[in-house]
Amino acid sequence: MVEPLIYELSAPGREGVKPPKLDVPPSELPTELLRADLPLPEVSEVDVVRHFTRLSQLNYAIDKGMYPLGSCTMKYNPKINEVAARLSGFTGLHPLQDPGTAQGALFLMYHLQEYLKAIGGFAGVTLQPAAGAQGELTGVLIMRAYQHFRGETQRDLILVPDSAHGTNPATTNMSGLHVVQIPSDERGNVDLAALRAQLCDRVVGLMITNPNTLGLFEEHIQEVVELIHSCGGLVYGDGANMNALMGVMRPGDLGIDVMHFNLHKTFSTPHGGGGPGSGPVGVAAHLVDFLPGPVVVQLEDEDEDFFIYDFVMPPQSIGPVKAFWGQFGMLVRAYTYIRMLGDAGLRQAAEHAVLNANYLLSQIKGVYPLPYDRVCKHEFVVEGRLQAAPDVRALDIAKRLIDYGVHPPTNYFPLIVHEALMIEPTETESKQSLDAYAEILRKIAEEAATAPELLHEAPHNTPVRRLDEVRAARKPVLRYQREP
Amino acid sequence: MVYVPHTDEERRQMLAAIGVEDLAALFADVPAQYRYPALGLPEPASEMEIAQELHEIAASNLNAYEVPMFLGAGAYRHWVPAVVDAIISRGEFATAYTPYQPEVSQGTLQAIFEFQSLICDLTGMEVANASHYDGATATAEAVIQALNVFRLKRTQVVVAPTVHPLYRQVIRTYTQGMGLQIVGDDDLTASLEQVVARVDKNTACLVLQSPNFFGELEALDGLADRVHQQGDGTLLAVATNPISLGLFTPPGALGADIVMGEGQPLGLGLNFGGPYLGFYATREQYVRQLAGRLAGETVDAEGQRAFVLTLTTREQHIRREKATSNICTNQGLMMLAATVYLSALGKQGLRKIAELNYHKAHYAAREIDALEGFSVVHTRPFFNEFVVRCPAPVAEINDFLLNEYFLEIIGGYDLGRDYPQLENHMLVAVTEMNSREEIDDFVAALAEFDAHHAAGGEHHG
Repeated sequence: MVEPLIYELSAPGREGVKPPKLDVPPSELPTELLRADLPLPEVSEVDVVRHFTRLSQLNYAIDKGMYPLGSCTMKYNPKINEVAARLSGFTGLHPLQDPGTAQGALFLMYHLQEYLKAIGGFAGVTLQPAAGAQGELTGVLIMRAYQHFRGETQRDLILVPDSAHGTNPATTNMSGLHVVQIPSDERGNVDLAALRAQLCDRVVGLMITNPNTLGLFEEHIQEVVELIHSCGGLVYGDGANMNALMGVMRPGDLGIDVMHFNLHKTFSTPHGGGGPGSGPVGVAAHLVDFLPGPVVVQLEDEDEDFFIYDFVMPPQSIGPVKAFWGQFGMLVRAYTYIRMLGDAGLRQAAEHAVLNANYLLSQIKGVYPLPYDRVCKHEFVVEGRLQAAPDVRALDIAKRLIDYGVHPPTNYFPLIVHEALMIEPTETESKQSLDAYAEILRKIAEEAATAPELLHEAPHNTPVRRLDEVRAARKPVLRYQREP
Repeated sequence: MVYVPHTDEERRQMLAAIGVEDLAALFADVPAQYRYPALGLPEPASEMEIAQELHEIAASNLNAYEVPMFLGAGAYRHWVPAVVDAIISRGEFATAYTPYQPEVSQGTLQAIFEFQSLICDLTGMEVANASHYDGATATAEAVIQALNVFRLKRTQVVVAPTVHPLYRQVIRTYTQGMGLQIVGDDDLTASLEQVVARVDKNTACLVLQSPNFFGELEALDGLADRVHQQGDGTLLAVATNPISLGLFTPPGALGADIVMGEGQPLGLGLNFGGPYLGFYATREQYVRQLAGRLAGETVDAEGQRAFVLTLTTREQHIRREKATSNICTNQGLMMLAATVYLSALGKQGLRKIAELNYHKAHYAAREIDALEGFSVVHTRPFFNEFVVRCPAPVAEINDFLLNEYFLEIIGGYDLGRDYPQLENHMLVAVTEMNSREEIDDFVAALAEFDAHHAAGGEHHG
């Protein structure tokens, strides 16, 4: 079953792709600077194709089946997106070629900025951030820069609910600010009394995910926003869960000052086994000047009969967060998706994401403990612990799901739920696939009571069995070890 | 496609099972005055219509693979072997996520492990991570790693002015809240010697690039020892071009502590600047300060070899506010592309590609230097990019090359945009994709420009 490493397929002198012949007179090489050895594998093209094809077959993927990984929005990735992003007029563009020769690309970027402004209710958008986490960093740096610009340099605190993604506090630390954690109340909302107690003139702002990571809409969101604004703070919306709200509500309308979008979640660009993501950031009018850039602007030409597009750096910009303009290939995919759905399609997607989550919840309610019994949004969290099977943990349930040929939910997150199983089916799953998933979850609950070893030893039918993670961490082997 | 698979009947059944009347009832907790805003997006298009629309948009761009192109400056036109796209297009790779469940993610995990191994071998380093967003953010993360090695006690970072201007800017963006002094590039004309002289015992790291932004290989021999000594442990971080490592001694073999860079040349295409790939490698002793994901080898319950994400206690989802980097997603699919590229070219292929780049760039440099009005400026050996002093503003020359010459040619980068002292200097990149004919056309076009220019001709159409 073990697939050899590419190095183990190597044979001295074998070649793969053949480079072209040299068609100019050679020049002298600086011999003192040349490397003695280049220890790369030597394999044929056939070796490469078979090796990576076999590796691919060891993966689970959305294209194979349901992948309800909570907070990751593993919706189907339409194939037309891939065709669009591979058009040679996009893939062949150098980022620094004259914008006059890349007007199509700038047109697309400008309109995607406009679409995201419309969807989020924002006054400005930057497409530059490479991923959600970088979007967060962008957002927090913008809030910090705004407070400094106003002379409020004493502000150094970011309030973060205890249900937040780990990136929120990590981003705060990276930005040189300090985290104040806000507990959740018994309904899964931000605890208002605890929030009030922290308001002061040291608050840069609040980071809030809505719907939160429990899949619940913050019932006091308007009050939360007003409280933060009342102390001079700003509200950062973590857009990871925007799939529940597209066309239903615009965060900007609520007074959210800054928010990142995850194009790889909400807007159907593929997750790629862990990237590339894309994390555009939208801001309210008072923050537009602080955006990283450049951003794309639309100008009328001299005769006013057509538009030209150009890059502009916002005047108080926090600076670029990466080289060039953003994950352009992902922008093409998101543009394609938004153009194919429009107003009605985006709303329909959000509504059915929420319908699917609530339906799946209804099918397993009473089987798995539900810490917050409310109408959920696009995802919900149950506990992976069963009264009839005290030794079974969320991890065992997750591993047993794999045996049934489906992907487990996110487990052990959010941290405020014991043995959390966080389930996000997304709108692209049919009733049949939800019914099948619910059936499997019920069956596993039964097995947990009658034959718990089935769960403890799961998975059984996978390319590899449970891994020794302790050994991996205790004596790390992080690269191919050559025979001595 | 039809994005939602539900039939009307199924929707009714599902709502009944939930116990609500209609879809709207699921959103009762959303403040009523904000519910269902009109977004004003364009009318939705069918798959056929959007394909046609995008084809038109793409066709209005000038495809740099279809004309002679001499622009680099951090993104390079290289041949992308067909196997790369064939592999990264596979849904099993493209539509998977971060391998949190290793039993059904061995494909991605083994590919990460192979990538880490290939990057270590290429850079001469001991440990590599699963990638950063691009060369610029990898460079910023190098600075942050160095700060963490000194537990944030050191507050100065020295950056050479010959490091890519965008990398230098991104370092500043990333660290703006950390209260650092970033020096070295405050004088854009500083020599390497002058830059190294700034290293002191409060310096966390010295950041260099080799080949640097101007294409030249920095004099790294013996430098690491000097930096370590002069700064009492100051780290040396070197950004590099991975194709150049097919030919030249890697910074890791010369004592660098961190080697990172832009992985775009490794089979990624140009894509208007992204998605690209930040590769990143360091010494084993610094593995705890290394950001990003790591795949490690282990065994499964039956004792067979397998791979898993490891040392996750360094990461944001465990450490939260104690984490020093917030990176979670990396550039997974781009990392896979680079892994396939390095495998498909292999030991001999990468060396040959590097040689082609070197010889073609040097041929172009000789031919351009022989022109009356142009001269090549360099003090150190260069790889596939070099600086040309021009007789006129670079923007004017590029406009002539693109619009007035009988061929459309994309000229080099205008160095005056970032370096005031280098007004009228063009950074020219030549890769294996530039045929002799393209190079000769470029040289002939420059000669024609010069002839017009010397005669006082105007080039504005």
